[in-house]
Amino acid sequence: MRLIEIFEESISVLKTNGMRTALSALGIIIGIGSVITLMTLGQASQQSVKNRIQSLGSNLLIVRPGAQRSGFLRGSASGNTTLKYSDAKAIEASQRINTIQKVAAEYSSRTQLVYGRNNTNIQVSGVTGEYFDIRNITLTVGSPITEQQNQNMEKVVVLGPTVVEDLFGTNVNPIGKSIRINGTSFTVVGVTKSKGSSGVGNSDDIAYVPLQTAQKVLFGVDYISTIYVTAKNDDLMEAAQNQLGFLLLELHNKATPSDADFTVSSQADILETATEVTSTFTTLLTGIAAISLIVGGIGIMNIMLVTVTERTMEIGLRMSLGAKSRTIITQFLTEAVVLTITGGMLGVLIGVGASTIITKAMSLPTAISYQSIVLSVVVSCLIGIIFGWYPAYKASKLQPIEALRYE
Amino acid sequence: MIEVKKLSKTYSNGGVETQALVDVSFKVEKGEFVAIIGPSGSGKSTLMHILGALDKPTSGEYILNGKNVENMKKDELAEIRNKEIGFVFQSYNLLPRMSSLKNVMLPMAYGGIPKKERIKKAEKMLKVVGLEDKLRSVPNQLSGGQKQRVAIARALTMEPAIILADEPTGNLPTNQSNEIISLFEELNKNGHTVIIITHNDDIAKKARRVLTLVDGRIVSDQKNI
Repeated sequence: MRLIEIFEESISVLKTNGMRTALSALGIIIGIGSVITLMTLGQASQQSVKNRIQSLGSNLLIVRPGAQRSGFLRGSASGNTTLKYSDAKAIEASQRINTIQKVAAEYSSRTQLVYGRNNTNIQVSGVTGEYFDIRNITLTVGSPITEQQNQNMEKVVVLGPTVVEDLFGTNVNPIGKSIRINGTSFTVVGVTKSKGSSGVGNSDDIAYVPLQTAQKVLFGVDYISTIYVTAKNDDLMEAAQNQLGFLLLELHNKATPSDADFTVSSQADILETATEVTSTFTTLLTGIAAISLIVGGIGIMNIMLVTVTERTMEIGLRMSLGAKSRTIITQFLTEAVVLTITGGMLGVLIGVGASTIITKAMSLPTAISYQSIVLSVVVSCLIGIIFGWYPAYKASKLQPIEALRYE
Repeated sequence: MIEVKKLSKTYSNGGVETQALVDVSFKVEKGEFVAIIGPSGSGKSTLMHILGALDKPTSGEYILNGKNVENMKKDELAEIRNKEIGFVFQSYNLLPRMSSLKNVMLPMAYGGIPKKERIKKAEKMLKVVGLEDKLRSVPNQLSGGQKQRVAIARALTMEPAIILADEPTGNLPTNQSNEIISLFEELNKNGHTVIIITHNDDIAKKARRVLTLVDGRIVSDQKNI
């Protein structure tokens, strides 16, 4: 009997028991569907993190307070007060450092912005003159915060587009208008271009004021959150990182790098950590989804065992008509594989559908991973072979007369 | 054609040994029409299974077309069942989800005959048994006699050396039973070797030779004239 005919016959058998087929395939459908969805979501969030970090510029070094730890986890730095504005100025003024180009300092905290009856609670960043340049922030109208404004502690503010909308509504030019930040009145001098919201750390929902204004007028602190430094070119990143590190150690009176109360991280470091974190999550979740595939496989095995018992007479008859053990094995194995592959393909459809919807809803880049689809089909085929083998083998080992007598 | 020599079959069940066949020897020549009769428990079915290569004897020889069958391996036995023997069962044993045509095609599928030829041959065989108008019917739509005729067509398709029928009329009313018997007679007239196991004396009368089994032994071997 040729394989194509065995295949046709499997389909006809599976159709005859439509409801049972559908239910037993459900395990595989759900398993494959969730593996694809989770793999795609994992890759999408990884891509999104990568995109966001790369948009910072590839020659950027970031100095944060606090001992060496993951540069990605912003929240962890908030309690640290070891980094001062003077550190940033010292870096800029240092004669020994010849690898860096620009230096900017930032202090940010959340507070209330009020215009008329509208108010919004957002992140307010106090920044120095080079900040907009280093972070690649462009404006739609007005001008950025300048070093002059920082030196003079002027009460001026550059708003993100979301903030403008929240405070002024749409189609209003806010330039020259006066808003209250934390009770103090500020003049709006610019609006940044939208970078698109992307979950955490929305760069459109932010307000920029001069650093010294933020420190002394708004929040009353003497420390800063971050120093941004650009290297002269990409090849000098490591040298710049080292020079920065040693200079800051000296400034902070620390003897060895293990005593450091700050962290200098480069783009590559951040990228690496971020990718590591997301890929660990992806692997973990996919692993959990894979367990459901095994459960689905056991379901298939169960139903195939029932089928073999139910069709004992048929197996006996087929043997009496000349079917060899090999043919019987092939028949039942094909049935199991057809079942799992059909389930697998439906699972792929569901997985692709679900991940498209979810990535759209979370505005992540939709990148269906094709290798996950190929992998799913291969895996469902393997599940069919592995879990279909025992029932098929059992069928082939039946004795023809005993099988014929079976009621 | 068929020769069995000192065939014995012993079943052991929990230490108790039951002798189903004891030293059975006989020959069947090509073109014969043999009925094997005997009371239940006389070993008819056991003999039938051994002749049909579905079971192996405990001792003795079984020679079919010059080949010793008793020592064959599983796959070789499958080949014998496919090519040399046509089975007709008491309960028809048709696959319920397949049409008459597909049921008849089944042994040819295992015999590796191309599909086109299979359809042709199956149609021809269903015509021989008078069911040319029931090709697409599934077993549920057929009467008992019609089902048995499909089963006979299935037994004929591989042009086997012998046709083995195990109580082929056991489940049928008299009129349908007679039709089936005449069909076997006709097949025999056309040169087929037929061995029928039966309780039915009418059938036994129509056979040209009657073997009687009692307690696993052949007690008589008569030719009907």
